[in-house]
Amino acid sequence: MARAAVLGRLTWQLGEVAELVDETPRVKTILLDAPDWAGHRAGQHVDVRLTAEDGYVAERSYSIASAPEDGRLAITVERLDDGEVSPYLAEELVVGDKLEFRGPIGGYFVWEAREGGPLLLVGGGSGVVPLRAMLRHRAAVGLDTPARLLYSSRSLADVIYHDELDMLDSADPHLEVRYALTREQPEGWSGYSRRVDEEILRETAYPNAEGIAFVCGPTRFVETVADGLVGIGYAPEQVRTERFGPTGG
Amino acid sequence: MEEQDLKLDGNSAAGLLRELFTFELTTARGRCENCGAVAEVGAVMVYANAPGSVFRCPQCESVLMRIVSNGGRYWLDARGISWLEIRA
Amino acid sequence: MSFVSRGFRGKRRDEGPSGRVPPGQYLVDDFPVLSAGPTPRTPLEEWDFVITGAIAEPKRWSWDEFKALPSETVTKDIHCVTKWSKLDTVWEGVSLDTLLEDVESAAEYVVAFCDGGYTTNLPLEDVTDGKAWIAYGFDGEPLDPEHGGPARLLVPHLYFWKSAKWVRGLRLLDEDEPGFWESLGYHMYGDPWREQRYWGD
Repeated sequence: MARAAVLGRLTWQLGEVAELVDETPRVKTILLDAPDWAGHRAGQHVDVRLTAEDGYVAERSYSIASAPEDGRLAITVERLDDGEVSPYLAEELVVGDKLEFRGPIGGYFVWEAREGGPLLLVGGGSGVVPLRAMLRHRAAVGLDTPARLLYSSRSLADVIYHDELDMLDSADPHLEVRYALTREQPEGWSGYSRRVDEEILRETAYPNAEGIAFVCGPTRFVETVADGLVGIGYAPEQVRTERFGPTGG
Repeated sequence: MEEQDLKLDGNSAAGLLRELFTFELTTARGRCENCGAVAEVGAVMVYANAPGSVFRCPQCESVLMRIVSNGGRYWLDARGISWLEIRA
Repeated sequence: MSFVSRGFRGKRRDEGPSGRVPPGQYLVDDFPVLSAGPTPRTPLEEWDFVITGAIAEPKRWSWDEFKALPSETVTKDIHCVTKWSKLDTVWEGVSLDTLLEDVESAAEYVVAFCDGGYTTNLPLEDVTDGKAWIAYGFDGEPLDPEHGGPARLLVPHLYFWKSAKWVRGLRLLDEDEPGFWESLGYHMYGDPWREQRYWGD
Protein backbone atom coordinates (compact mmCIF):
# COMPACT_ATOMS: atom_id res chain seq x y z
CA MET A 1 0.00 0.00 0.00
CA ALA A 2 1.40 3.39 -0.94
CA ARG A 3 2.64 5.36 2.03
CA ALA A 4 1.95 8.98 2.70
CA ALA A 5 5.01 11.17 2.55
CA VAL A 6 5.60 14.77 3.49
CA LEU A 7 5.32 16.61 0.21
CA GLY A 8 6.43 19.97 -1.04
CA ARG A 9 4.02 22.70 -2.02
CA LEU A 10 2.11 21.93 -5.17
CA THR A 11 2.92 24.77 -7.54
CA TRP A 12 1.87 25.56 -11.07
CA GLN A 13 4.56 25.08 -13.66
CA LEU A 14 4.81 25.64 -17.39
CA GLY A 15 5.51 22.85 -19.82
CA GLU A 16 6.13 23.16 -23.53
CA VAL A 17 4.35 20.93 -25.99
CA ALA A 18 7.06 18.83 -27.60
CA GLU A 19 4.97 16.35 -29.54
CA LEU A 20 1.38 15.52 -30.33
CA VAL A 21 0.22 12.02 -31.18
CA ASP A 22 -3.17 11.13 -32.66
CA GLU A 23 -4.24 8.01 -30.81
CA THR A 24 -7.78 7.76 -32.22
CA PRO A 25 -10.02 10.25 -34.07
CA ARG A 26 -11.05 11.77 -30.73
CA VAL A 27 -8.00 11.13 -28.60
CA LYS A 28 -4.63 12.80 -28.59
CA THR A 29 -1.50 12.35 -26.50
CA ILE A 30 0.42 15.47 -25.56
CA LEU A 31 4.10 15.13 -24.66
CA LEU A 32 5.56 17.94 -22.62
CA ASP A 33 8.99 19.23 -21.82
CA ALA A 34 8.89 20.54 -18.28
CA PRO A 35 12.16 21.67 -16.70
CA ASP A 36 10.72 21.65 -13.18
CA TRP A 37 9.18 18.22 -13.43
CA ALA A 38 10.44 15.99 -10.61
CA GLY A 39 9.00 12.68 -11.77
CA HIS A 40 5.92 10.74 -10.78
CA ARG A 41 4.45 7.34 -9.97
CA ALA A 42 2.25 5.40 -12.35
CA GLY A 43 -1.42 6.21 -11.76
CA GLN A 44 -0.94 9.80 -10.67
CA HIS A 45 -2.44 12.72 -12.52
CA VAL A 46 -1.78 16.37 -13.24
CA ASP A 47 -4.14 19.34 -13.03
CA VAL A 48 -4.07 21.44 -16.20
CA ARG A 49 -5.05 25.12 -16.07
CA LEU A 50 -6.07 27.21 -19.07
CA THR A 51 -6.32 30.98 -18.82
CA ALA A 52 -8.10 33.12 -21.40
CA GLU A 53 -7.14 36.71 -22.29
CA ASP A 54 -9.92 38.10 -20.11
CA GLY A 55 -8.71 36.17 -17.11
CA TYR A 56 -11.24 33.36 -17.29
CA VAL A 57 -9.73 30.17 -15.91
CA ALA A 58 -10.66 26.53 -16.50
CA GLU A 59 -9.00 23.64 -14.75
CA ARG A 60 -9.18 19.88 -15.37
CA SER A 61 -7.34 16.78 -14.18
CA TYR A 62 -5.65 14.36 -16.59
CA SER A 63 -4.03 11.06 -15.76
CA ILE A 64 -0.38 10.82 -16.64
CA ALA A 65 -0.01 8.47 -19.60
CA SER A 66 3.75 8.10 -19.41
CA ALA A 67 5.74 5.83 -17.14
CA PRO A 68 8.12 7.37 -14.61
CA GLU A 69 10.94 5.92 -16.71
CA ASP A 70 9.85 7.60 -19.94
CA GLY A 71 11.81 10.67 -20.97
CA ARG A 72 8.86 13.03 -21.33
CA LEU A 73 5.71 13.66 -19.36
CA ALA A 74 2.65 12.67 -21.38
CA ILE A 75 -1.07 13.13 -20.94
CA THR A 76 -3.77 11.63 -23.14
CA VAL A 77 -6.91 13.67 -23.75
CA GLU A 78 -10.24 12.55 -25.14
CA ARG A 79 -12.11 15.34 -26.90
CA LEU A 80 -15.56 15.63 -25.34
CA ASP A 81 -18.18 17.10 -27.68
CA ASP A 82 -19.49 19.60 -25.16
CA GLY A 83 -16.17 19.99 -23.43
CA GLU A 84 -14.52 23.28 -22.65
CA VAL A 85 -10.93 22.22 -22.06
CA SER A 86 -10.59 18.97 -24.01
CA PRO A 87 -11.35 20.50 -27.44
CA TYR A 88 -8.62 23.08 -26.81
CA LEU A 89 -6.08 20.46 -25.79
CA ALA A 90 -7.01 17.98 -28.50
CA GLU A 91 -7.45 20.41 -31.39
CA GLU A 92 -6.01 23.86 -30.77
CA LEU A 93 -2.72 23.12 -29.05
CA VAL A 94 0.36 22.95 -31.29
CA VAL A 95 3.98 22.01 -30.76
CA GLY A 96 5.72 24.90 -29.04
CA ASP A 97 2.68 26.05 -27.10
CA LYS A 98 3.01 26.35 -23.34
CA LEU A 99 0.71 24.54 -20.97
CA GLU A 100 0.26 25.34 -17.31
CA PHE A 101 -0.08 22.37 -14.99
CA ARG A 102 0.71 21.10 -11.50
CA GLY A 103 1.58 17.70 -10.18
CA PRO A 104 2.11 14.88 -9.79
CA ILE A 105 -1.01 14.41 -7.72
CA GLY A 106 -2.46 11.38 -6.03
CA GLY A 107 -1.33 8.56 -3.81
CA TYR A 108 -4.27 6.24 -3.65
CA PHE A 109 -4.58 5.16 -7.27
CA VAL A 110 -0.90 4.40 -7.71
CA TRP A 111 1.05 1.26 -8.53
CA GLU A 112 4.76 0.82 -8.11
CA ALA A 113 6.44 -2.27 -9.46
CA ARG A 114 7.84 -3.15 -6.04
CA GLU A 115 4.27 -3.59 -4.74
CA GLY A 116 4.02 -6.79 -6.71
CA GLY A 117 0.89 -8.44 -8.01
CA PRO A 118 -0.76 -10.18 -9.66
CA LEU A 119 -2.14 -7.01 -11.17
CA LEU A 120 -5.64 -6.81 -12.61
CA LEU A 121 -6.27 -3.60 -14.53
CA VAL A 122 -9.79 -2.79 -15.74
CA GLY A 123 -10.34 0.33 -17.80
CA GLY A 124 -13.32 1.86 -19.53
CA GLY A 125 -12.77 4.34 -22.35
CA SER A 126 -10.18 6.94 -21.38
CA GLY A 127 -9.89 5.14 -18.03
CA VAL A 128 -7.16 3.10 -19.70
CA VAL A 129 -4.73 6.03 -19.51
CA PRO A 130 -3.34 5.57 -15.97
CA LEU A 131 -3.39 1.80 -16.49
CA ARG A 132 -1.20 2.19 -19.56
CA ALA A 133 1.25 4.18 -17.42
CA MET A 134 1.32 1.26 -14.98
CA LEU A 135 1.98 -1.25 -17.76
CA ARG A 136 4.75 0.91 -19.23
CA HIS A 137 6.31 1.20 -15.79
CA ARG A 138 6.10 -2.55 -15.30
CA ALA A 139 7.75 -3.15 -18.68
CA ALA A 140 10.44 -0.52 -18.08
CA VAL A 141 11.42 -2.07 -14.76
CA GLY A 142 11.46 -5.47 -16.49
CA LEU A 143 9.47 -7.35 -13.91
CA ASP A 144 7.52 -10.49 -14.62
CA THR A 145 4.73 -9.58 -12.23
CA PRO A 146 1.64 -11.26 -13.70
CA ALA A 147 -0.66 -8.62 -15.12
CA ARG A 148 -3.92 -8.56 -17.04
CA LEU A 149 -5.60 -5.59 -18.65
CA LEU A 150 -9.30 -5.75 -19.40
CA TYR A 151 -10.13 -2.76 -21.58
CA SER A 152 -13.70 -1.80 -22.48
CA SER A 153 -14.26 0.47 -25.44
CA ARG A 154 -17.08 1.30 -27.86
CA SER A 155 -15.30 -0.05 -30.91
CA LEU A 156 -11.87 -1.07 -32.13
CA ALA A 157 -11.36 2.39 -33.62
CA ASP A 158 -11.85 3.87 -30.15
CA VAL A 159 -9.25 1.68 -28.49
CA ILE A 160 -6.44 3.94 -27.33
CA TYR A 161 -2.85 2.63 -27.60
CA HIS A 162 -4.07 -0.41 -29.50
CA ASP A 163 -0.81 -1.26 -31.25
CA GLU A 164 1.26 -0.63 -28.15
CA LEU A 165 -0.95 -2.79 -25.96
CA ASP A 166 -0.95 -5.66 -28.45
CA MET A 167 2.82 -5.37 -28.71
CA LEU A 168 3.30 -5.45 -24.94
CA ASP A 169 0.96 -8.44 -24.77
CA SER A 170 2.74 -10.49 -27.41
CA ALA A 171 6.21 -9.67 -26.10
CA ASP A 172 5.46 -10.64 -22.52
CA PRO A 173 4.24 -14.08 -21.47
CA HIS A 174 3.19 -12.73 -18.08
CA LEU A 175 0.96 -10.01 -19.51
CA GLU A 176 -2.42 -10.52 -21.11
CA VAL A 177 -4.62 -7.85 -22.68
CA ARG A 178 -8.31 -8.48 -23.33
CA TYR A 179 -10.78 -6.14 -24.97
CA ALA A 180 -14.52 -5.75 -24.58
CA LEU A 181 -15.98 -3.86 -27.53
CA THR A 182 -19.43 -2.79 -26.49
CA ARG A 183 -21.01 -1.21 -29.58
CA GLU A 184 -19.25 -2.40 -32.68
CA GLN A 185 -17.01 -5.36 -33.35
CA PRO A 186 -14.95 -6.13 -36.47
CA GLU A 187 -15.65 -9.28 -38.43
CA GLY A 188 -14.22 -12.37 -36.86
CA TRP A 189 -13.83 -10.64 -33.51
CA SER A 190 -12.86 -13.12 -30.84
CA GLY A 191 -12.77 -10.77 -27.85
CA TYR A 192 -15.73 -9.77 -25.68
CA SER A 193 -18.67 -8.10 -27.40
CA ARG A 194 -20.57 -6.73 -24.45
CA ARG A 195 -20.19 -4.53 -21.40
CA VAL A 196 -17.97 -5.91 -18.69
CA ASP A 197 -20.07 -8.00 -16.32
CA GLU A 198 -19.40 -10.41 -13.49
CA GLU A 199 -18.96 -13.32 -15.87
CA ILE A 200 -16.26 -11.52 -17.85
CA LEU A 201 -14.58 -10.53 -14.61
CA ARG A 202 -14.66 -14.10 -13.37
CA GLU A 203 -13.01 -15.27 -16.59
CA THR A 204 -10.38 -12.54 -16.53
CA ALA A 205 -9.49 -12.16 -12.88
CA TYR A 206 -6.81 -14.24 -11.25
CA PRO A 207 -8.02 -17.35 -9.44
CA ASN A 208 -8.66 -16.85 -5.73
CA ALA A 209 -8.94 -13.11 -6.28
CA GLU A 210 -5.23 -12.69 -5.75
CA GLY A 211 -3.32 -9.45 -5.88
CA ILE A 212 -4.51 -5.92 -6.52
CA ALA A 213 -7.10 -4.58 -8.93
CA PHE A 214 -7.18 -1.07 -10.38
CA VAL A 215 -10.41 0.08 -11.99
CA CYS A 216 -10.69 3.36 -13.89
CA GLY A 217 -13.22 5.04 -16.16
CA PRO A 218 -16.64 6.68 -16.00
CA THR A 219 -18.35 6.49 -12.62
CA ARG A 220 -20.96 3.98 -13.69
CA PHE A 221 -18.38 1.67 -15.25
CA VAL A 222 -16.16 1.80 -12.19
CA GLU A 223 -19.00 1.02 -9.82
CA THR A 224 -20.28 -1.90 -11.88
CA VAL A 225 -16.80 -3.39 -12.13
CA ALA A 226 -15.85 -2.76 -8.51
CA ASP A 227 -19.08 -4.36 -7.33
CA GLY A 228 -18.45 -7.24 -9.72
CA LEU A 229 -14.94 -7.83 -8.39
CA VAL A 230 -16.20 -7.88 -4.83
CA GLY A 231 -18.88 -10.25 -6.05
CA ILE A 232 -16.28 -12.72 -7.31
CA GLY A 233 -14.29 -12.65 -4.12
CA TYR A 234 -12.07 -9.57 -4.05
CA ALA A 235 -11.92 -7.81 -0.71
CA PRO A 236 -12.85 -4.13 -1.05
CA GLU A 237 -9.32 -3.16 0.07
CA GLN A 238 -7.85 -5.02 -2.90
CA VAL A 239 -9.81 -2.94 -5.38
CA ARG A 240 -8.64 0.59 -6.05
CA THR A 241 -10.84 2.84 -8.11
CA GLU A 242 -10.62 6.13 -9.98
CA ARG A 243 -13.79 7.66 -11.36
CA PHE A 244 -13.70 10.07 -14.28
CA GLY A 245 -16.54 12.53 -14.61
CA PRO A 246 -17.36 14.44 -17.76
CA THR A 247 -14.77 16.97 -16.67
CA GLY A 248 -12.13 14.39 -15.88
CA GLY A 249 -10.98 13.84 -19.40
CA MET B 1 -25.31 14.76 -18.38
CA GLU B 2 -25.82 11.59 -16.38
CA GLU B 3 -26.45 12.10 -12.72
CA GLN B 4 -23.66 9.68 -11.90
CA ASP B 5 -21.20 11.90 -13.73
CA LEU B 6 -21.37 14.32 -10.82
CA LYS B 7 -20.12 11.73 -8.37
CA LEU B 8 -16.37 11.31 -8.38
CA ASP B 9 -14.02 9.99 -5.72
CA GLY B 10 -11.25 11.23 -3.49
CA ASN B 11 -8.70 11.09 -6.30
CA SER B 12 -10.43 14.01 -7.98
CA ALA B 13 -9.94 16.13 -4.87
CA ALA B 14 -6.28 15.20 -4.44
CA GLY B 15 -5.08 18.49 -5.93
CA LEU B 16 -7.30 20.54 -3.62
CA LEU B 17 -6.17 18.46 -0.64
CA ARG B 18 -2.55 19.06 -1.59
CA GLU B 19 -3.22 22.79 -1.37
CA LEU B 20 -4.19 22.33 2.26
CA PHE B 21 -2.15 19.45 3.61
CA THR B 22 1.55 18.68 3.48
CA PHE B 23 0.95 14.94 3.38
CA GLU B 24 -0.98 12.83 0.89
CA LEU B 25 -4.50 12.69 2.28
CA THR B 26 -5.97 10.30 -0.29
CA THR B 27 -4.09 7.39 1.27
CA ALA B 28 -5.20 8.28 4.81
CA ARG B 29 -7.83 6.03 6.32
CA GLY B 30 -10.82 7.57 8.04
CA ARG B 31 -13.89 6.47 9.92
CA CYS B 32 -17.37 7.71 9.08
CA GLU B 33 -18.86 9.27 12.20
CA ASN B 34 -22.34 8.36 11.05
CA CYS B 35 -22.09 4.65 10.20
CA GLY B 36 -18.63 3.59 11.33
CA ALA B 37 -17.39 2.54 7.89
CA VAL B 38 -13.64 2.90 7.39
CA ALA B 39 -12.18 3.78 3.98
CA GLU B 40 -9.24 5.49 2.38
CA VAL B 41 -9.97 9.09 1.46
CA GLY B 42 -9.18 8.24 -2.18
CA ALA B 43 -12.14 5.85 -2.19
CA VAL B 44 -14.82 8.13 -0.74
CA MET B 45 -17.44 9.86 -2.89
CA VAL B 46 -16.74 13.43 -3.87
CA TYR B 47 -19.26 15.91 -5.27
CA ALA B 48 -17.16 18.78 -6.53
CA ASN B 49 -19.14 20.84 -9.00
CA ALA B 50 -20.99 22.68 -6.29
CA PRO B 51 -20.16 25.85 -4.41
CA GLY B 52 -17.69 23.60 -2.58
CA SER B 53 -16.39 20.03 -2.45
CA VAL B 54 -18.43 17.56 -0.47
CA PHE B 55 -16.91 14.25 0.59
CA ARG B 56 -19.45 11.54 1.38
CA CYS B 57 -19.24 8.10 2.92
CA PRO B 58 -19.36 5.36 0.27
CA GLN B 59 -21.50 3.25 2.61
CA CYS B 60 -24.12 5.59 4.03
CA GLU B 61 -23.68 8.72 1.85
CA SER B 62 -23.55 11.07 4.82
CA VAL B 63 -21.19 14.04 4.69
CA LEU B 64 -17.66 13.28 5.91
CA MET B 65 -16.01 16.55 5.05
CA ARG B 66 -16.67 19.77 3.17
CA ILE B 67 -14.20 22.24 1.71
CA VAL B 68 -14.92 25.67 0.28
CA SER B 69 -12.14 27.65 -1.31
CA ASN B 70 -12.06 31.22 -2.51
CA GLY B 71 -8.69 32.24 -3.86
CA GLY B 72 -6.40 31.65 -0.94
CA ARG B 73 -9.15 31.41 1.71
CA TYR B 74 -10.38 27.95 2.63
CA TRP B 75 -13.08 26.66 4.94
CA LEU B 76 -12.99 23.07 6.07
CA ASP B 77 -15.51 21.09 8.08
CA ALA B 78 -14.55 17.52 8.90
CA ARG B 79 -17.12 16.74 11.59
CA GLY B 80 -18.29 13.70 9.67
CA ILE B 81 -14.94 11.97 10.18
CA SER B 82 -14.34 10.33 13.55
CA TRP B 83 -10.63 9.98 12.98
CA LEU B 84 -8.01 9.92 10.25
CA GLU B 85 -5.03 7.58 10.26
CA ILE B 86 -2.13 9.09 8.36
CA ARG B 87 1.20 7.38 7.74
CA ALA B 88 3.87 9.95 7.17
CA MET C 1 0.44 39.54 -16.19
CA SER C 2 0.12 35.85 -15.47
CA PHE C 3 0.32 33.23 -18.13
CA VAL C 4 -2.31 33.23 -20.87
CA SER C 5 -3.04 30.09 -22.87
CA ARG C 6 -2.70 30.98 -26.54
CA GLY C 7 -5.99 30.68 -28.35
CA PHE C 8 -8.07 29.58 -25.38
CA ARG C 9 -11.47 31.21 -25.11
CA GLY C 10 -13.49 28.81 -22.99
CA LYS C 11 -17.21 28.38 -23.30
CA ARG C 12 -19.16 31.33 -24.60
CA ARG C 13 -19.29 33.91 -21.85
CA ASP C 14 -21.55 36.79 -22.45
CA GLU C 15 -21.78 39.59 -19.94
CA GLY C 16 -25.30 40.25 -21.09
CA PRO C 17 -27.45 43.37 -21.33
CA SER C 18 -26.35 45.93 -18.77
CA GLY C 19 -28.40 46.12 -15.64
CA ARG C 20 -29.65 42.55 -15.90
CA VAL C 21 -26.49 40.68 -14.94
CA PRO C 22 -24.95 41.28 -11.50
CA PRO C 23 -21.24 42.04 -11.10
CA GLY C 24 -18.88 39.14 -11.71
CA GLN C 25 -21.48 37.02 -13.49
CA TYR C 26 -21.71 35.78 -17.08
CA LEU C 27 -24.59 34.32 -19.09
CA VAL C 28 -24.91 30.66 -20.03
CA ASP C 29 -27.03 28.92 -22.66
CA ASP C 30 -27.44 25.66 -20.80
CA PHE C 31 -28.65 25.04 -17.27
CA PRO C 32 -25.67 23.81 -15.23
CA VAL C 33 -26.32 21.16 -12.64
CA LEU C 34 -24.53 21.58 -9.35
CA SER C 35 -24.91 19.08 -6.59
CA ALA C 36 -23.60 18.43 -3.10
CA GLY C 37 -24.81 14.85 -3.05
CA PRO C 38 -26.81 12.09 -4.67
CA THR C 39 -30.15 13.05 -6.23
CA PRO C 40 -32.94 12.09 -3.83
CA ARG C 41 -35.75 10.02 -5.28
CA THR C 42 -38.71 10.49 -2.98
CA PRO C 43 -41.84 8.92 -4.46
CA LEU C 44 -44.69 11.41 -4.74
CA GLU C 45 -46.91 9.26 -2.51
CA GLU C 46 -44.40 9.82 0.28
CA TRP C 47 -43.69 13.49 -0.45
CA ASP C 48 -45.04 16.24 1.72
CA PHE C 49 -44.29 19.89 2.38
CA VAL C 50 -44.44 21.26 5.92
CA ILE C 51 -44.20 24.59 7.63
CA THR C 52 -43.02 24.14 11.16
CA GLY C 53 -41.00 25.80 13.94
CA ALA C 54 -42.01 29.00 15.76
CA ILE C 55 -45.57 28.73 14.60
CA ALA C 56 -48.89 28.21 16.41
CA GLU C 57 -50.05 25.41 14.14
CA PRO C 58 -47.69 23.52 11.77
CA LYS C 59 -49.02 23.06 8.28
CA ARG C 60 -48.65 20.12 5.96
CA TRP C 61 -49.58 19.35 2.38
CA SER C 62 -49.34 16.07 0.53
CA TRP C 63 -48.29 16.18 -3.12
CA ASP C 64 -51.89 16.10 -4.32
CA GLU C 65 -52.91 18.81 -1.87
CA PHE C 66 -49.92 20.88 -2.91
CA LYS C 67 -50.70 20.61 -6.60
CA ALA C 68 -54.26 21.70 -5.87
CA LEU C 69 -53.09 25.02 -4.42
CA PRO C 70 -53.28 28.14 -6.59
CA SER C 71 -50.09 28.34 -8.63
CA GLU C 72 -48.34 30.92 -10.74
CA THR C 73 -46.04 30.93 -13.73
CA VAL C 74 -43.22 33.42 -13.32
CA THR C 75 -40.29 34.47 -15.46
CA LYS C 76 -37.15 35.28 -13.52
CA ASP C 77 -33.42 35.80 -13.87
CA ILE C 78 -31.29 33.48 -11.75
CA HIS C 79 -27.71 33.94 -10.55
CA CYS C 80 -25.43 31.20 -9.23
CA VAL C 81 -22.56 32.04 -6.91
CA THR C 82 -20.28 30.03 -9.22
CA LYS C 83 -20.71 32.98 -11.61
CA TRP C 84 -23.23 31.86 -14.18
CA SER C 85 -26.52 33.65 -14.70
CA LYS C 86 -29.53 32.68 -16.74
CA LEU C 87 -32.11 35.23 -17.84
CA ASP C 88 -35.83 34.81 -18.32
CA THR C 89 -36.19 31.36 -16.81
CA VAL C 90 -39.80 30.23 -16.56
CA TRP C 91 -41.06 28.51 -13.45
CA GLU C 92 -44.39 27.21 -12.25
CA GLY C 93 -45.16 26.84 -8.58
CA VAL C 94 -46.90 28.00 -5.45
CA SER C 95 -46.06 31.38 -4.00
CA LEU C 96 -44.78 31.32 -0.45
CA ASP C 97 -47.35 34.02 0.27
CA THR C 98 -50.03 31.41 -0.41
CA LEU C 99 -48.34 28.85 1.85
CA LEU C 100 -47.78 31.35 4.66
CA GLU C 101 -51.23 32.91 4.36
CA ASP C 102 -52.78 31.68 7.57
CA VAL C 103 -49.55 31.27 9.43
CA GLU C 104 -49.32 33.06 12.74
CA SER C 105 -45.77 33.62 13.79
CA ALA C 106 -43.44 36.24 15.18
CA ALA C 107 -40.52 34.51 13.51
CA GLU C 108 -38.15 36.63 11.45
CA TYR C 109 -36.17 33.87 9.75
CA VAL C 110 -36.72 30.61 7.95
CA VAL C 111 -34.57 27.61 7.24
CA ALA C 112 -35.54 25.55 4.22
CA PHE C 113 -34.82 21.84 4.67
CA CYS C 114 -34.61 19.21 1.98
CA ASP C 115 -34.37 15.55 1.09
CA GLY C 116 -30.69 14.66 1.28
CA GLY C 117 -30.12 16.96 4.25
CA TYR C 118 -29.44 20.29 2.52
CA THR C 119 -30.52 23.45 4.31
CA THR C 120 -30.39 27.16 3.62
CA ASN C 121 -31.46 30.14 5.72
CA LEU C 122 -33.29 33.33 4.76
CA PRO C 123 -35.00 36.28 6.44
CA LEU C 124 -38.76 35.71 6.39
CA GLU C 125 -39.25 39.03 4.61
CA ASP C 126 -37.14 37.74 1.72
CA VAL C 127 -39.57 34.92 0.99
CA THR C 128 -42.76 36.94 1.23
CA ASP C 129 -44.45 39.65 -0.84
CA GLY C 130 -44.01 37.93 -4.15
CA LYS C 131 -40.34 37.09 -3.75
CA ALA C 132 -40.37 33.30 -3.42
CA TRP C 133 -42.09 30.14 -4.64
CA ILE C 134 -42.03 26.41 -4.22
CA ALA C 135 -41.53 25.51 -7.87
CA TYR C 136 -42.45 22.19 -9.45
CA GLY C 137 -42.33 23.19 -13.09
CA PHE C 138 -39.53 24.58 -15.22
CA ASP C 139 -39.83 25.70 -18.82
CA GLY C 140 -43.30 24.21 -19.11
CA GLU C 141 -42.27 20.73 -17.91
CA PRO C 142 -42.24 19.03 -14.52
CA LEU C 143 -39.04 19.95 -12.71
CA ASP C 144 -36.25 17.45 -13.43
CA PRO C 145 -34.84 15.59 -10.41
CA GLU C 146 -31.33 16.84 -11.23
CA HIS C 147 -32.64 20.40 -11.00
CA GLY C 148 -34.48 19.78 -7.76
CA GLY C 149 -37.65 17.95 -8.75
CA PRO C 150 -40.29 17.19 -7.61
CA ALA C 151 -40.08 20.68 -6.05
CA ARG C 152 -37.51 23.27 -5.11
CA LEU C 153 -37.49 26.60 -3.37
CA LEU C 154 -37.16 29.51 -5.79
CA VAL C 155 -35.82 32.81 -4.46
CA PRO C 156 -34.42 34.52 -7.55
CA HIS C 157 -33.33 37.80 -5.96
CA LEU C 158 -30.63 35.98 -3.98
CA TYR C 159 -27.80 33.72 -5.17
CA PHE C 160 -29.20 30.44 -6.38
CA TRP C 161 -27.76 28.30 -3.57
CA LYS C 162 -30.64 29.74 -1.57
CA SER C 163 -33.13 28.19 -4.03
CA ALA C 164 -32.89 24.85 -2.29
CA LYS C 165 -33.42 21.75 -4.39
CA TRP C 166 -35.63 18.88 -3.19
CA VAL C 167 -37.20 21.15 -0.59
CA ARG C 168 -39.53 19.50 1.91
CA GLY C 169 -40.37 22.35 4.23
CA LEU C 170 -39.63 25.55 6.04
CA ARG C 171 -38.78 25.95 9.69
CA LEU C 172 -39.63 29.36 11.13
CA LEU C 173 -37.09 30.73 13.60
CA ASP C 174 -36.63 33.76 15.79
CA GLU C 175 -32.91 33.90 15.07
CA ASP C 176 -30.93 33.38 11.91
CA GLU C 177 -29.24 30.00 11.67
CA PRO C 178 -26.68 29.28 8.95
CA GLY C 179 -27.55 26.50 6.51
CA PHE C 180 -25.34 24.04 4.63
CA TRP C 181 -23.19 26.53 2.73
CA GLU C 182 -23.70 29.51 5.03
CA SER C 183 -22.01 27.56 7.79
CA LEU C 184 -18.90 27.07 5.68
CA GLY C 185 -17.90 30.41 4.21
CA TYR C 186 -20.87 31.45 2.14
CA HIS C 187 -22.62 34.71 2.94
CA MET C 188 -25.63 34.57 5.28
CA TYR C 189 -27.73 36.77 2.98
CA GLY C 190 -26.34 36.39 -0.55
CA ASP C 191 -27.38 39.45 -2.57
CA PRO C 192 -25.88 39.07 -6.06
CA TRP C 193 -26.11 42.81 -6.72
CA ARG C 194 -23.80 43.50 -3.80
CA GLU C 195 -21.70 40.41 -4.65
CA GLN C 196 -22.27 38.89 -1.24
CA ARG C 197 -20.70 35.52 -1.98
CA TYR C 198 -18.55 34.79 1.08
CA TRP C 199 -18.24 35.76 4.74
CA GLY C 200 -17.03 39.28 5.04
CA ASP C 201 -18.21 40.36 1.58
